[in-house]
Parts: sequence; structure tokens; C-alpha cells
Amino acid sequence: MKILTLNFLTCARKTCKSSPAAFPLHPRDAELEIVETEFNALFIQNILPRVEWDALKGLCTELGLTNVPPEAPEPKELFDTSIKSAGIDEKEKEPTQLTRDLHNLLLETTIQSGKLVCGNCGHEYAIKEGIANFLLPSHMV
Amino acid sequence: MSRPEDTLPPDLYYNDPVSRQYTTSSRIQKIQAQMTHRALQILNLPPSQSSHILDVGSGSGLSGAILTQRGHTWVGMDISASMLAIALQRGTGALPRKRRKLAQDMEMDVEDGIDDKQSNDEDAGDEEVEDEGEEDEIGDDAPCEGDLLLADIGQALPFRPGTFDAAISISAVQWLCQAESSDENDAPTRRLKRFFEALYVCLKRGGKAVMQFYPRNQKERDMVGTAARRAGFGAGFLVDAEGTKAEKVYLVCSVGGEDVTATIEAMEDVEIEGGAVGAGRGREQKGKFGKGEYKKGSKEWIMRKKERMERKGMVVKKNSKYTGRKRKVAF
Repeated sequence: MKILTLNFLTCARKTCKSSPAAFPLHPRDAELEIVETEFNALFIQNILPRVEWDALKGLCTELGLTNVPPEAPEPKELFDTSIKSAGIDEKEKEPTQLTRDLHNLLLETTIQSGKLVCGNCGHEYAIKEGIANFLLPSHMV
Repeated sequence: MSRPEDTLPPDLYYNDPVSRQYTTSSRIQKIQAQMTHRALQILNLPPSQSSHILDVGSGSGLSGAILTQRGHTWVGMDISASMLAIALQRGTGALPRKRRKLAQDMEMDVEDGIDDKQSNDEDAGDEEVEDEGEEDEIGDDAPCEGDLLLADIGQALPFRPGTFDAAISISAVQWLCQAESSDENDAPTRRLKRFFEALYVCLKRGGKAVMQFYPRNQKERDMVGTAARRAGFGAGFLVDAEGTKAEKVYLVCSVGGEDVTATIEAMEDVEIEGGAVGAGRGREQKGKFGKGEYKKGSKEWIMRKKERMERKGMVVKKNSKYTGRKRKVAF
């Protein structure tokens, strides 16, 4: 599972939905793997405003990743603006190294196995082969 | 024509052999691809943008592969572990041609057994001759790069608000219309309610969801539509090839934002049904009362009447803030 997806997941239980502790889910015994995907700067630009940066920093600390900027990058930092003046089309803007790093962190770093623990109810969701199991027993729906 | 929903719950129905057969059948692949392309057309996502999409009932990632092709990033949910396992094999390219061969052989062996419990996709399929050589663009080798979750969409969607730009679902929602146990919490209406409420939350404002499904009858279709509207969606149905064997029903939902009717009306060969898609209804009402015909007894009606009487020279009471108001109920 991608770090990006982890940044959007909350506990599935209805009773946890209202609690701030239900987000983010805390990874335990996580095995990380880099899965290369196609680089798409436009997607990074689109999704960045919706990433909870504080939660992301917390997650990365828990996972032992250190290369996270302390502050959420500004949209203008994603593309190299210096060549823009040379009359290059809006679509062909050159993404910066920062964007590539973000792509690497959010989309290519994946959790292969481990557990996700809800900070509120303590329920553990298992991850196997990159797939998290969010099935709940019927009494917990 | 038997429906797979009638036989077993989805997590048990899509076991290893059925899932593999479903995924490797070129006929199902083709129909699924057609429906996914159609759903994306209805979603009408801005072409320059790369979106974050939820695939509800992603199965083995047949629809996901198309999303990846179009440059979108997606998260898939499915209740069948076997289907997800196949998606994994496809994703890593580990499902070799050999396996596909094997599945074909298996198909021959058990043809009689499986044929009569074919899925809806087969039943509703176009009557075209299968051609193994072509239409391989979303074959087993197509990458399936989305994140997958094993989850029951009738329980909850574990996402925080505004996660997705859009959602699609191909042949999945009809499974919600089934009660898997006698527990009242498992009743179809409850499951649909939980699903649509959770979906509404995790879509961003202006987001759209297009869900293709196979309703058993008009009643089931209405039940799904009502559940979507109750959750706050602007929802309407779009029916392709109506009345034929290959009829496809799409539920189009939108969260706030612009109205979807215009988009749909602009497309060809489309009939809009149950037109609860926002503005459509409003226009109708205006047409009825628009030309100076106010509803009898309403404040506007009273004001107009008073004006006319005054012009005729009758004695009319002065207007005040109480004019045209209802009297308080005495008890």
C-alpha cells in the first residue's frame, strides 16, 4: 500500500469516525518496498493540497523515513519556473527534484506487510502482500 | 439466466477458479473495458488533470488497468480475496500467459458446469463472436498499479473526507441489494445507506461517481437511486441500449458543484430517467407557474390580487409584514 493511500485511510468503524485519534492509522511491523511507477507531476500537483502534512510527517517518523520536508511544499515549488520565461508551454513545465522526491515518497514507497492500528479503538488491520484487510466482524460495523 | 447474486455472497462466489475465469475471459474483459470507457466518458474528468479515483468493487483490476492507462491514480476495494490475488499477479506481471492458457483449458473442462452460472456480464453481453487474437489491449499483461483494499463496501469506506476526485464502479452495486444474513443491520437498505453515505464523504466537492450495475428490476433500481439521493447526492440514471439484452444501467451521482444534466444531455444516444438531477426539475416547475400564474393562496397571489383590486378602485387593506402570512395555530 502506498504512503499516499495511508495518508487518506481512517478507521472503518463508525464509532471511530468522529474521533480525531482515528486518523492516521499507525503502521506496525511494516515492511517497506519501493515499487517503481510512472512519474506524473500533474498528479502530484493535484493531490498535494489534500495531503495532511502533519500526519504524513508522523507516519514517516514511525516508518523510519527521514527525508520528509518539515513543511508542506508550496505549489509553485513543484515546477521549475526559471525556464518558464523562455516561452515554454504550461504543460511542458519542468518538474523540480522536490516533485520527484515527493513522487518517490508518496507513490513508490509501499508497505508490503504489517499492521495498521487505529489510535482510538486499537483495532488492527492486517496488511498482506500490500493489501490491507478492512473487513470488520459484524458486531463492529 | 441465473444471477450470481442469488447463489452465494460475493466473497464466496468469486473463489479462485471463478475469479480466474472471470478475469481471463476475453468476452468479459471486452465488456468490462467498454463499460469502464463509458463510465469515464460520463465522469468527464478534465483532460489535463490526473485524478485520484476510487474503484468500488475493483475485482481483478480490469477497470483499474484502464484508469492507469489514462494516467489516473486509483484505489480499489473488493470483498473477494481471490479477485484481489489475481489483481496482484496482474499488477506485478506475474500472471504469465501460461496461466491464461491453463484457465482456458479449465474452461473447456468444466464448460458445462460453469456455463449456467455465468455472471451477469456474460448474460448481458453483446452477441458477438469471441475473437481470441484481438482486443488484447487490457490483457493479463496490462499493469494494475492501484492500491487494493480488502473491504466490504456495505460496511464502510475507511477514507477521510475529500479523498477522491471521482469514483467508478463496474458491476458491483447489485451485490449490495442482497441480505447476507437475517441481522437487520445487514438489510439491503442499511448496506446501501452506509455505502452511499461513506462514498459521499470521501468524494471531494464537485466530485462525481458513475456506477454501472445490474438491477434485478425497477424496484431494485429505485432502491439504489433513493439511497443515493438520501445520502445527499444529485443522482440520476443513464441507460444504454435500453430494452435489449445488453442493457446497461449507470447511476450517475454528483456531490454539490455543477449540475451533471448538461453533460449527459450533450451526449448522444442517451435517455435520462428518473430525472432527479437537480436543475431538470426546477425548470419544469418554472414552466408550469412561470407566466404569472402564482399558486392560489400564496403571498404573491394575494399581493397581485390586492394590486388589481386597488386599480379597480376598491377599498384594500394596507400591506404590512403580516400580509399573506398564515395564522398561528390556536392550540
